[in-house]
Amino acid sequence: MDAAAEQKYNFAVVRWFTVMATVYLVVGALVGVYIAAELAWPFLNFDLPYITFGRLRPLHTNAVIFAFGGCVLMATSFYSVQRTCGVRLWSDKLAWFVFLGWNLVIVSAVITLPLGITTGKEYAELEWPIDLAIAVVWLVYAFNFIMTLATRKSSHIYVSNWFFLGMMVMITCLHVVNSLAIPVSLFKSYSVFSGVQDAMVQWWYGHNAVGFYLTAGFLGIMYYFVPKQAGRPVYSYRLSVIHFWALMFGYVWLGTHHLQYTALPDWAGSLGAAVSLAMIIPSWGGAVNGMMTLSGAWDKLRTDYILRFMIMSLAFYAMSTFEGPVMSLKTVNALSHYTDWTVGHVHSGALGWVAMVAIGAIYHMMMRTYHTEMWSMKLINAHFWTATIGAVVYVVAMWVSGIMQGLMWRAYDEYGTLAYTFAESVEAMHPYYAMRAVGGAIFLLGALMMLINVLMTVMKASSEGSLQQARTAAATA
Amino acid sequence: MANENQSVTFQEKMEKNVWLLLILLVLALSVGGLVEIVPLFTMKKTMEHNAAPELVWQRQAGQTLKDHKPGDGMRPYTALELAGRDIYQREGCYTCHSQMIRPFRDEKERYGHYSLASESMYDHPFQWGSKRTGPDFARLGGKYSDDWHRKHLRAPRSVVPESVMPNYSWLKDSLVEGKDMATRFNVMRLVGVPYTDEDIASANGELTGKTEEDAMVAYLQVLGTMAKLDENKVYRE
Repeated sequence: MDAAAEQKYNFAVVRWFTVMATVYLVVGALVGVYIAAELAWPFLNFDLPYITFGRLRPLHTNAVIFAFGGCVLMATSFYSVQRTCGVRLWSDKLAWFVFLGWNLVIVSAVITLPLGITTGKEYAELEWPIDLAIAVVWLVYAFNFIMTLATRKSSHIYVSNWFFLGMMVMITCLHVVNSLAIPVSLFKSYSVFSGVQDAMVQWWYGHNAVGFYLTAGFLGIMYYFVPKQAGRPVYSYRLSVIHFWALMFGYVWLGTHHLQYTALPDWAGSLGAAVSLAMIIPSWGGAVNGMMTLSGAWDKLRTDYILRFMIMSLAFYAMSTFEGPVMSLKTVNALSHYTDWTVGHVHSGALGWVAMVAIGAIYHMMMRTYHTEMWSMKLINAHFWTATIGAVVYVVAMWVSGIMQGLMWRAYDEYGTLAYTFAESVEAMHPYYAMRAVGGAIFLLGALMMLINVLMTVMKASSEGSLQQARTAAATA
Repeated sequence: MANENQSVTFQEKMEKNVWLLLILLVLALSVGGLVEIVPLFTMKKTMEHNAAPELVWQRQAGQTLKDHKPGDGMRPYTALELAGRDIYQREGCYTCHSQMIRPFRDEKERYGHYSLASESMYDHPFQWGSKRTGPDFARLGGKYSDDWHRKHLRAPRSVVPESVMPNYSWLKDSLVEGKDMATRFNVMRLVGVPYTDEDIASANGELTGKTEEDAMVAYLQVLGTMAKLDENKVYRE
């Protein structure tokens, strides 16, 4: 069985993406913990330009979104598209091109961002030559995926693939439009858009990077890996159809809620907030669909640590897709915008949802592509608890600091003058910034456990010869 | 979203045909972006200076950027200011500082009049920011002296003990790379910023002997000072 799968499918590229994703999670979280510590203890900037908060923060976001998130998406989509279509990837060569290309992009980001080579647009900081490379690699990735779907043996395209496909189309549009710029030199360009239009395009990009890359793509992961790990079919097909189309159509509108009360015309912000509120329905539909897949098999949570990651991720998904629409409401946004609450919201989605479901999928794929058990199941359980506790500590710290900031900025004393200076609000944040760094460090500890577990499993597979056996059995079969 | 209502058969067709699915996805994914983005380029009301032309500097023939007085209206950045703005981006200042004041009582008292879209009309890219780990900069210009800014940039905690900002002490030691400022002006003109041939010709020369700190201070001191806003006028609904 293993040998047959090893022969039939391209698992080699999946293995590489999976291991690299684990490495990048550690790197991305490490940079995150460091910059969190810089905000609590600014001496950590050490007067070195390359490691100041302003230069490392883009490195942190790019590392977790594009390096970790990207490798996870590529590993899971390449793995599940082969299994659900019953065919090998359309082209092995293109798959390896995507692996090498994507990792080269990541290396160039690691070099350029600390040097201060940036476009100055959040989550799209990489300069134009790297943007071009991203576009080429991404299109090749999408092309290979689509051609695999087109040559499938199964009659229907499975639901996880719809979500991956939606992500590929939307990310292509977003990346191309938001990166439109005229180069000044090899390392510098200016956006073709200015001011309010640039802000609109940027947040259309920014929110949909979250909505499609980190939500639709990871829902694709959920729809394949949760049923597989639970050994049960998806709870409701009908719900998944509604979930899919509502998400595809609706998410695109949400970007403007990042620009409430700014110089963006009011109609645009209100439209974004209205659709944001409506998005609770499909989002919760998806979360329910994932969780109810376990109905009748809840006892598995007691023994299956990988399943725990997946179910916890859906709980965080439900929580943050409720929190998001609430924050997009104008009255709430007036308080929450510009504060740490936003940072907390992003991390409840990123640590709780994106990372947890990805971690579950990584463990799942490790065992199936290396044809062996994980090196330590106990360590997975320890990872589960550190990841959960770390995420909760982080998010709670940011909730408190965010709401406190918002309240301090708008507080008046009995004489009708502002009660606090800005500096006083900064001072009040210190304990929460320290707490956030600790929460992040706990999460990082869990990521390190996973890296050790993954590397030891690779070694185990080679010493047991399980991978070798699968390969040779495949060759002689 | 007529898709799911037209019976399962249409959905089924799409599930069996990747190209059909792809086409429908493109359609469904385009609507939101088109509805929200395109009108910002076409609707006159988006930019306040269409109704209040005094917000933009009306430059007479032969005038240089130096002839502009604070309050004359929005103008392109000078070479030194633009160099400062590029450093502002390079150092990632936007990750902690916003440049967008919202129309609330407390923001007005803390930072000044709410920001207008026209005030960032020449900003490629925009730098509104999304986070205030430090205060807003939209109207920072003129609030502190040049000396204060230099001290603060070199060692923020020497003037604001509570600050968590890194020391930017290296800015005073490095000269602004002015060699390609003319190219930068040219590119800016290409994307719609009205630099004249004279502006471009003198761009590189303006930066001789200037440090990165000089450029940063020049940029920070011009923020919010170009246009003079009338307290009694309603610029935005």
